[in-house]
Amino acid sequence: MSALFFDDVSVWFGEGRDRVDAVRHANFRVGHGESFGLVGESGSGKSTIMRALTGLAPDWSGRMAVNGNPVRSGHRRDRNFYKSVQMVFQDPYASLHPRQSVDQVLSETLHLHGFRDIEPRIVRLLDDVGLGSAFRFRYPHQLSGGQRQRVAIARALAPEPSILLLDEPTSALDVSVQAEILNLLTDLRAEHKLTFLMVSHDLAVVAHMCERIAVMQAGEIVEVMGVDEMRALTPAHPYTRKLLQASLGYTRG
Amino acid sequence: MTPLLEVEDLWVRFPTRTGILDAVRGVSFTLGRERLGIVGESGSGKSMTGRSILRLIRPPGQVTAAHIRLDGEDLMQKSEAQMRQVRGERISMVMQDPKFSLNPVMSVGDQLIEAWRVHKKGSRSEARERALGMLEAVSIRDPERVMRAHPHELSGGMGQRIMIAMMLIPDPELLIADEPTSALDVSVQAQVLQIMDRLVQDRGMGLIFISHDLNLVADFCDRVLIMYAGRVVETCEADKLHEAKHPYTRGLLNSLPRLDAPQKRLEVLRRDPSWAETPSVRPS
Repeated sequence: MSALFFDDVSVWFGEGRDRVDAVRHANFRVGHGESFGLVGESGSGKSTIMRALTGLAPDWSGRMAVNGNPVRSGHRRDRNFYKSVQMVFQDPYASLHPRQSVDQVLSETLHLHGFRDIEPRIVRLLDDVGLGSAFRFRYPHQLSGGQRQRVAIARALAPEPSILLLDEPTSALDVSVQAEILNLLTDLRAEHKLTFLMVSHDLAVVAHMCERIAVMQAGEIVEVMGVDEMRALTPAHPYTRKLLQASLGYTRG
Repeated sequence: MTPLLEVEDLWVRFPTRTGILDAVRGVSFTLGRERLGIVGESGSGKSMTGRSILRLIRPPGQVTAAHIRLDGEDLMQKSEAQMRQVRGERISMVMQDPKFSLNPVMSVGDQLIEAWRVHKKGSRSEARERALGMLEAVSIRDPERVMRAHPHELSGGMGQRIMIAMMLIPDPELLIADEPTSALDVSVQAQVLQIMDRLVQDRGMGLIFISHDLNLVADFCDRVLIMYAGRVVETCEADKLHEAKHPYTRGLLNSLPRLDAPQKRLEVLRRDPSWAETPSVRPS
């Protein structure tokens, strides 16, 4: 049984003439404790797969399962789902409520998930993400980008999920802050035995974080490769080779 | 020979409720017909440096400098009307995201034609001729069709190439590119850079390339200024960027994950308050 299971998943937007097939016949599974990356250019469908899983993109076909439990169609998910799957979004400037303090954000999440011991949990979550209780009563505008992303991670960890979906978690951050956040995610994964599904356009970041990587092009998964293959630049598919070449840097032509 | 651009002791200040914020603090550099990279994190003052050369900082922001000379003429002494003669015609600027820099309700052709006719005298048909030529120069296939298209019908890469075409059509002496490829995919990025590179070389233009991407700047530019907290902390030849000495530059380079070398943990930059205090380095 895999942590995440995708079988023949297609996702589309719109109907009839306006229909866009964002993902076509995607198949992959992510094992427990594994870190799996999705890469591709913008519009290749990598984020859409995550959005379909979480119910943010309701039109999909095929089969998806989380820890062996099939995911129902439509956009509603039960509490069990959210207890095991949580998501961290790209832009911490957009994903936090500007008029709620860190304390409000975390206590609301904990309350919704039926926890009683909210007080000590908030303290522990803030410690976990390296912020400490000094940040508890701050508002998002009083935090830097990296600190905000830490709050977003704390919120995702609040229901004690086993799977974290990371949608470009560091692309809005400076490289020095990116290093801190990636290190934090690595630590949290080891500590809480988390499974990661990570989307990024930065191949070096994905190589650093993931053991297996799926390459997407125009809605299709063209290749699933191990990180060693990727580092050795020996992928099978020509598109992957092109993508790797481009990410190695600019060469004067 | 006078350099193309000389900037001496440039300061950019913003009054805030808690006192004056110095965004750029005493930056000096000169530029020939070469590619100069300015790198740094967000808030380091790199974009403000680029904008202040065109005097595009709006009040209450204040720009002061001993001089900003273009071909020996001091831009700081010019009136706003005279500056309009400089902007676009002699110095132009490409911004990060074509979505926000192109006019959404005007066809690409009309925008290009306007850009040429504002600065040059000539008929509409001549302007059209130039616009088509420029679109070909930035590797747009089927320029006739693209001339009729509106910005929403274009991809990000195409939009950015059109921005570059529009900025180059009046044949400026200096191009300031502020993160011109950050909104683009890696594969498109290389293409846009190649086009910029070729045009700059063919026309003998100067280029200021502002970016947060150290590797890109190292590959693409001739010389690099590294900015931190409004100051230039280090300057070097671009191909020697990886041998940079300043702990800030080293820290930035080391914090990047690398495809060719797996690391267990990424190095985290430890900031030293003294970096912000030392005066700007003056490039030789």
